Amino acid sequence: MSITQILFWLLSAVAVGGAIMVVASKSPVHSILFLIITFFAISGHYILLNAQFLAIVNIIVYAGAIMVLFLFVVMLMNLNEESAPPQKNKYILYGGTIAGASLMLVLVAALKQSAQGRHLMETNNGTGGLIENLGKLLFTDYVFPFEISSVLFLSAMIGAVVISKKEA
Amino acid sequence: MLLSIDLPLIIEKLVLIIVVVMSSLVIAMYATFAERKVAAVMQDRIGPNRAGPFGILQPLADGLKLFFKEEIIPNFSSKFLFILGPSLAMLTAMMTSAVIPWGDTVTLFGREIHLQIADINIGILYVFGVVSMGVYGIMIGSWASNNKFSLMGGLRAASQIISYELAMGIALIALLMITGTLSLRLMVVGQMDGVWNVIKQPLGFLIFLICVFAECNRTPFDLAEAENELIGGYHTEYSSMKLGFYLFAEYINMFVSSSVMVSLFFGGYDIPFLNDGHMVEKIGQNWMAVAHIFMFLFKAFFFVFLFMWVRWTIPRFRYDQLMNLGWKVLLPLALFNMLATGAVILYFTTK
Repeated sequence: MSITQILFWLLSAVAVGGAIMVVASKSPVHSILFLIITFFAISGHYILLNAQFLAIVNIIVYAGAIMVLFLFVVMLMNLNEESAPPQKNKYILYGGTIAGASLMLVLVAALKQSAQGRHLMETNNGTGGLIENLGKLLFTDYVFPFEISSVLFLSAMIGAVVISKKEA
Repeated sequence: MLLSIDLPLIIEKLVLIIVVVMSSLVIAMYATFAERKVAAVMQDRIGPNRAGPFGILQPLADGLKLFFKEEIIPNFSSKFLFILGPSLAMLTAMMTSAVIPWGDTVTLFGREIHLQIADINIGILYVFGVVSMGVYGIMIGSWASNNKFSLMGGLRAASQIISYELAMGIALIALLMITGTLSLRLMVVGQMDGVWNVIKQPLGFLIFLICVFAECNRTPFDLAEAENELIGGYHTEYSSMKLGFYLFAEYINMFVSSSVMVSLFFGGYDIPFLNDGHMVEKIGQNWMAVAHIFMFLFKAFFFVFLFMWVRWTIPRFRYDQLMNLGWKVLLPLALFNMLATGAVILYFTTK
């Protein structure tokens, strides 16, 4: 095994294990902390794929900002093991399991059929994820979707401000 | 060909990491001493002068005292997270130093060694990532304490750091438009031939400086540990060396963020008004690197002194004032700075 492969298996184990613990742990605060670990492992995968920009943005935006807000809300509401409402409805459990399993089935089937099935990973030598190439691509070929999505973000931001003003 | 590892490279980097971490720790140790001396001078006192000549052994005495204090873990706290909090604070404080270029290259044992742990091409974004991680140490510790005052302190710290990160990032975008690179080393090299970035970006530097004060939880932004309203803030329940870690992390943060500011805006290890090429011919590359390191540390220490100077001069903000400054003053100013910089660059490049 090369060092890339060892790192891949290690990161995959951490990511999957962290994701399972997010669902399994009883305390919401612990769930969030495991989610942060999962994000870090996924960022590690991005670095293996030579997509450094994506990796660091994933850490800054998801692990650094969004998860802090999650933690903020959970801490303010003081959700503990005792105060969490017991999950009584079994049908939700069954429904969730079936839905998740079908999603996985579709994903596996789609990946097996795709033309790139045998060429999924391009480690160490891909240049598409470097910040220079990504920036050029975003501002030339994909400038229209890029601008549209930034307008979408802006409207979401303004919407949040308007809603919070109404409450006060 | 099971594992191809460049052993000399690993040893080189390991030595570099140990040296950087150790010297950061020693500098932070003496920063606590310097803070007490600066405070004393500003208040017309003598300051610590009992341990050793001029009191220079005072940091050791402080450290020993913290080690020998009783270790208290509150009954109602979550024990693992209670210990994780200060550890994370310390870890994130040290991690930023990995991308700072401390000097040029030296040649030792026939190897060219860059005086920088990792020259990654997203250097400044890495600093941002680690800074945004820094808030977890405070938040986790404050929540695990299971104390209302601690939690209030932690929440204040988190909202403050998130708010000021925005203005900081936008102020940096204007700088990036000028330098055209994200690597800290290339930024410093760019400033060695031309003028320092602070001359091209005075407003950007001012915004960045204010935001760094807020990110380090230093006065006038130390609302997270405002002792007259929150007892000790997020570290109310901490004692012994775990408290020491929180306090110590603050001083490491001060030193490292001073280094980042020096690299970004004040030419890094560049010695002003000196032709480096001539000097290298005269005294050799290795001695030049030593001179560079001293220059870098001199600049960084000035900023550490600025942190202390401000702390003993300016009173603390009120919480609503802090938020107003961040969102209604610094953010629009940073946006204006970015647009103005972009317009100027566009005007000069298209003409």
